Amino acid sequence: MEIPYTVSERPDTGLNNVKIGIWLFLASEIMLFGALFASYILLRVGATKWPDGSSILSVPMAFTNTMVLISSSVTMVMAWASLMEKKLGRYRLFMGLTIVLGLAFLVIKFFEYRAKFHHGLHPSTSTFMALYFTLTGLHAAHVAGGIGINAYLWGPGLKLWERAPQQFTNRVETAGLFWHFVDLVWIFLFPVLYLL
Amino acid sequence: MADSAHGTHHAEMSFWRRYVFSTDHKVIGIQYSITALVFLFFGFSLMLLMRWQLAYPDQPLPIIGGLFGELRMPGGVMLPDFYNQLGAMHGTIMVFLGVVPLAVGGFGNFVVPLQIGAPDMAFPRLNMASYWALFLGGVTMFASFFVPGGAAQSGWTSYPPLSDIAPMGQTIWLVGMLFLIVSSLLGAINFITTILQLRAPGLTFMRFPFFVWAQFVTAFLLLLGFPPLQAAGIFQLMDRLAGTSFFLPSGLVVSGQPIAATGGGSPILWQHLFWFLAHPEVYVLILPAMGIVAEVVANNTRKPLWGYKSMVYSLLFLGFMSFIVWAHHMFITGMGTAMSSFFQTTTMIISIPSVIILSCLIISLWGGSIRFNTPMLFALAFLPMFGIGGLTGLPLGLATADIHLHDTYYVIGHFHYVVAPGTILALFAGIYYWYPKATGRKMSEFLGKLHFWPSFIFMNGVFLPMLIQGLHGVQRRLYDGGAAYAHAQPVLHLNKIMSYSAWGLALTQVFFIVNFFWSLRKGEKTSDNPWEATTIEWSAPSPPPHGNFVSMPQAYRGPYEYSVPGHPTDFLPQFSPGAGEKAKTGQAGKTSH
Amino acid sequence: MSTESHTVDIQKHVRWYLRVFAALMILTVVTVAVSYLELTTRLAVAVALFIATIKGSLVACYFMHLISERKFIYTVLIVTVIFFVAMLLGPVMTQINSAGA
Repeated sequence: MEIPYTVSERPDTGLNNVKIGIWLFLASEIMLFGALFASYILLRVGATKWPDGSSILSVPMAFTNTMVLISSSVTMVMAWASLMEKKLGRYRLFMGLTIVLGLAFLVIKFFEYRAKFHHGLHPSTSTFMALYFTLTGLHAAHVAGGIGINAYLWGPGLKLWERAPQQFTNRVETAGLFWHFVDLVWIFLFPVLYLL
Repeated sequence: MADSAHGTHHAEMSFWRRYVFSTDHKVIGIQYSITALVFLFFGFSLMLLMRWQLAYPDQPLPIIGGLFGELRMPGGVMLPDFYNQLGAMHGTIMVFLGVVPLAVGGFGNFVVPLQIGAPDMAFPRLNMASYWALFLGGVTMFASFFVPGGAAQSGWTSYPPLSDIAPMGQTIWLVGMLFLIVSSLLGAINFITTILQLRAPGLTFMRFPFFVWAQFVTAFLLLLGFPPLQAAGIFQLMDRLAGTSFFLPSGLVVSGQPIAATGGGSPILWQHLFWFLAHPEVYVLILPAMGIVAEVVANNTRKPLWGYKSMVYSLLFLGFMSFIVWAHHMFITGMGTAMSSFFQTTTMIISIPSVIILSCLIISLWGGSIRFNTPMLFALAFLPMFGIGGLTGLPLGLATADIHLHDTYYVIGHFHYVVAPGTILALFAGIYYWYPKATGRKMSEFLGKLHFWPSFIFMNGVFLPMLIQGLHGVQRRLYDGGAAYAHAQPVLHLNKIMSYSAWGLALTQVFFIVNFFWSLRKGEKTSDNPWEATTIEWSAPSPPPHGNFVSMPQAYRGPYEYSVPGHPTDFLPQFSPGAGEKAKTGQAGKTSH
Repeated sequence: MSTESHTVDIQKHVRWYLRVFAALMILTVVTVAVSYLELTTRLAVAVALFIATIKGSLVACYFMHLISERKFIYTVLIVTVIFFVAMLLGPVMTQINSAGA
């Protein structure tokens, strides 16, 4: 027996299963990052002194990374829009760009981390560094996960397009929702860690 | 997803695909149930060992004492470290690997899709993944007993700084918890989507059986409550593995030695993040139980549930409020009076919906021609037991009373009244009630009653004395059960009563185990609807085939149309069109004459 | 849905995506620029979070299509945000309250 509403929308909710699933997952992610930010606030309020993020961390690198991630969000949504217009070539181009931009983010992050370790700054150095590494590390893991999903949809996952274009488009939209969420988290992480 | 069009080929599937890596919600539900029952038994056994040490401090455990080795019980006498491991793991296993997997994973998986008339869960492969994540978590937790230094020993709450500096078992505990959290999150997403999307035509929200509502709210609690614990777990892993000090304050001295850490962390932070999950978790434990009891009570009183709508609204309110009461576990951390008052007030408010639900269930009994079968006995026992559990919670919710009672056996007694005689009795009710649906056979009524009565008496024998000891100020987590303390002497003899009750309770479960396996083969064969119930799961064949229903079910009316005036039988199922009532909507049954 | 109106619709969407993109870039520059002004910590936090919230809302509303989503998703998100705020404020308020008591 087929499971209903995997692709099409259920009339009374106006949603398909996957759309609900991803939004519920994002709700749980909001609580996950919410807990991280809550910890940041509590530890900072309780601390006797708190360093200025920009004096320790590299603002230019993080600024570049912000631009990279925002751009990748745009290419992601363009990839989805291309599918809606049934333009497969454009989809592959934009999705490819999204993956490349995601990888660029991780590469910049890698150099940032390496510079910190080079200067003897480790998670165990201070509460600030501990938060910095844990929060950005967890975010980077989300980026890596998103790249994995996007790469699948760019490569082997594309086979589904022949068989069920609507379902494939839904998958890209779902991957996009996750990717934009990761971008959104970074939009808050950037000022909180680097600028304040 | 598209592959499920080949679902008709299921007869050809290999043994592994059918029974081990199955995507069928019924198989997964049974996998969850059996895993959970095994873990419940294991967690219970840990407590049976502890009860020896509490009843006979420092005396060698006869017969099996030598089996635990020199590291745990040299000469049969339990070491304090091992006692702490048993305590921490008893709590962890019973909550996260026993009750939740049985109540949510087991019953939720098996019953919810059937009750809403769905062919399966919305994401069958995700469902399988969530079971296997739980299984891995369970294996990890079990394995932690065998690492150097033994299993986690900082209590099921794992409070830092103790847990930050504990031996390796704590790291394994955290890894195991991360598996369990992933499992619960995947499950929660699946349940909400399934209930929302896959319900049968005509099954509007206010026609949901109460059990479905309970699972729906429970899934939200899991979904939004677990991520903060996940964050806390990651922080604690960082503390233990990367040398950070999220939970280590500055200037910490342990056994006269200053701790080599940067400090600047906050042990209270863990408590906030932990209780942000663990308070809703209490409702995760109790709501499915309430759902089961509501089903069984309605069915066996042969009456509609009294106040169904107020129960549903109470449930939603309860779920919402459960997220803003967490700091009532932390009254003695030194928060100021303003915040104490806030959390005290929300805690008092949250007791109102629980009382409404319980009252509705009790009033439902009024004037019913009650059938006292085994499921009903367990469900009836739930009502006063949960009542005691709830009412003993009120003094703990009031900051002033809590200062005296905090961390005493009173807390243990209160909590266990909610979860053991409360939830676990309800879960047994559920097993006896839905066993015919899962197997096509009824469990033995005679063995069921032999199981029920001693269990009911022994459970009170275990937990009632705890309340008395707690009021005398006996602390929890004492290796000798309070023998070294003068103020504990007047109530020390209760330890033996509790221990013998616990061992008696263990023996009583033999009736259940025998009944469970005997009935698989020899139980009385039943029809599809042996209890003459009204909800949709009883329209499916017993046991239901892959895909559940022969034809797409439809809901024509509310879930509990029992004893409808003018109807020939005393039950009017949700799924039966009824004579000439097709056109009417809503409460068609009430105007049938 | 006919394909033609769909395509027109999408092109309208795409124009919006590009506008949002430009706005996000500008706001990022503004955030960094503001951080170079010697503001008090309190004000700096307020400004940075204000801008971040605008940017976040733009991403959520346009890229994640939240401006035209279904009722259920709004319900879930509103509930989540309430708990999110409770979690942000609860711990820190107990901390401040205990420090002041």
